[in-house]
Amino acid sequence: MLLLAFDTATPAVTVALHDDSRVLAGSTRIDARRQGELLAPGIVDVLRAAGRARAELTDIAVGVGPGPYTGLRVGIVTALALGDALGIPVHGVCTLDALAYAAGRDATVAGPFVAATDARRKEVYWARYDDAHTRVEGPSVDRAGDLAATVTALPAVGAGAALYPDSFADVRGPEHPDAAALAAFAVERLAAGLALLPPEPLYLRRPDAQVPAGYKAVTPVGPPPGA
Amino acid sequence: MADEPLVLGIETSCDETGIGIVRGTTLLADAVASSVDEHARFGGVVPEVASRAHLEAMVPTVRRALADAGVTMRDIDAIAVTSGPGLAGALLVGVAAAKGYSVALDKPLYGVNHLASHVCVDQLEHGRLPEPCMALLVSGGHSSLLLVPDITSDVRPLGSTIDDAAGEAFDKVARVLGLGFPGGPVIDRWAREGDRAAIAFPRGLTGPRDAPFDFSFSGLKTSVARWVEARQRAGESVPVADVAASFQEAVVDVLTRKAIRACKENGVEHLMMGGGVSANTRLRALAQERCDAAGIVLRVPRPGLCTDNGAMVAALGAEMVARDRAPSTLSIPADSSMPVTVSQAVS
Ligand SMILES: [Zn+2]
Repeated sequence: MLLLAFDTATPAVTVALHDDSRVLAGSTRIDARRQGELLAPGIVDVLRAAGRARAELTDIAVGVGPGPYTGLRVGIVTALALGDALGIPVHGVCTLDALAYAAGRDATVAGPFVAATDARRKEVYWARYDDAHTRVEGPSVDRAGDLAATVTALPAVGAGAALYPDSFADVRGPEHPDAAALAAFAVERLAAGLALLPPEPLYLRRPDAQVPAGYKAVTPVGPPPGA
Repeated sequence: MADEPLVLGIETSCDETGIGIVRGTTLLADAVASSVDEHARFGGVVPEVASRAHLEAMVPTVRRALADAGVTMRDIDAIAVTSGPGLAGALLVGVAAAKGYSVALDKPLYGVNHLASHVCVDQLEHGRLPEPCMALLVSGGHSSLLLVPDITSDVRPLGSTIDDAAGEAFDKVARVLGLGFPGGPVIDRWAREGDRAAIAFPRGLTGPRDAPFDFSFSGLKTSVARWVEARQRAGESVPVADVAASFQEAVVDVLTRKAIRACKENGVEHLMMGGGVSANTRLRALAQERCDAAGIVLRVPRPGLCTDNGAMVAALGAEMVARDRAPSTLSIPADSSMPVTVSQAVS
């Protein structure tokens, strides 16, 4: 197996290559506005650093959010195109699961905790975990200030928690998910025969769309002539 | 010719996911998935709805184009994509997909200008563009007159709309008349039953001191709305077909008059029309009439190639390859305000 993993659902544009036993190479750039510019060069860099060819890839794993939509879609559509052109499967991983997995790997948490990323507009994307591999609630999107005390009292990882220290009582690292953790999480689940997610965005919200307070029809209009 | 480059083109600047495949100047496939029905109830394109639809449609539409063209992914020599101008989030889906295909296939990427692509698409129907040619681009997003000495590297804007695009005026007038969205096709159909001289709507920016090649459609749109509202207030019925025909005539009269003048003043003998509004039957007829009278050769692609599509992007990409232009880097951004003078995003 040679699995390419990446995630663009947070300000971290992160790419890693995993060969079933270990991470061969990785690259992470923090830039909330340039996912579209940084991801593809990051993929090429990681393949080159590992000395592997794109044709050797057997699997793609991509973070499917939740996350700000514009950046999130960059990762997912890139994964879909790579998978389509190379004829290999594309697996989805909840970005918060990758962040939680990274927290477990880095041993910043032991028991139950919450992972949170920035959803802008005073909101966070969040999920609650019993341990680094076990999500028990979420993913959801809520105003940081509206979260239940049973959630905010837990140790919290991620930039979404760090942004709202008044809401989260016990903020820890890591700040962002990284693709090395995402890759290890995906490899572990695939090896255990467990399902991953479809490569589709976890938007959690319906699109913002206002129906304009438009004109009323001024006259009863039938179908156009010749229609 | 089999040795001409096989180019896959990706277009996602607005609400159409367009995938085209061309070999040189030969069209092999033009697959389009439109999200227009999802926007209709909003009366205009909702960017987030369009972006979501592009993501879902991307791979299936690429697959459809490959099947239509009878080629495989491995046959592709280059990937072209609209890198701007357009809706930022929508463009980004196409640009990211194009980079994904470029990386996977190890083939060059060409990030090209949407407006230049609208001009270049005519090569798929009428062969190589004459140089220079004049281009009148009219759609829901743009209304421009361009002098084009070289579509890959030298596009000179002579004028453009100072307010609404021509297509926007069609949408707004259709809304005033209760005809729905999008307005272009429905007004075209109603206008055929109406009298285009029934109402003398104003011709914007046609005074002696006005910019000769700029357009303005905002005053026209307001004038139509006022005329209709006055009839309603008086309790009279609104002659929809006559309003549609008279409004449409005001738009196409100005567009064609200025385009012919631009050709004459610049000594250009070929006028190319593109963009969604150039599918309008009255615009095509009046442009032909006036070009014939002025001794100008008119080139208009068939309506299906005038609206946004992937074939036009592939056509410009193929021209970049044919002229040995260096490919774009994998770092090019999606540039929502890419100037028309830049045919290709380099890095
Ligand atoms: Zn267009």
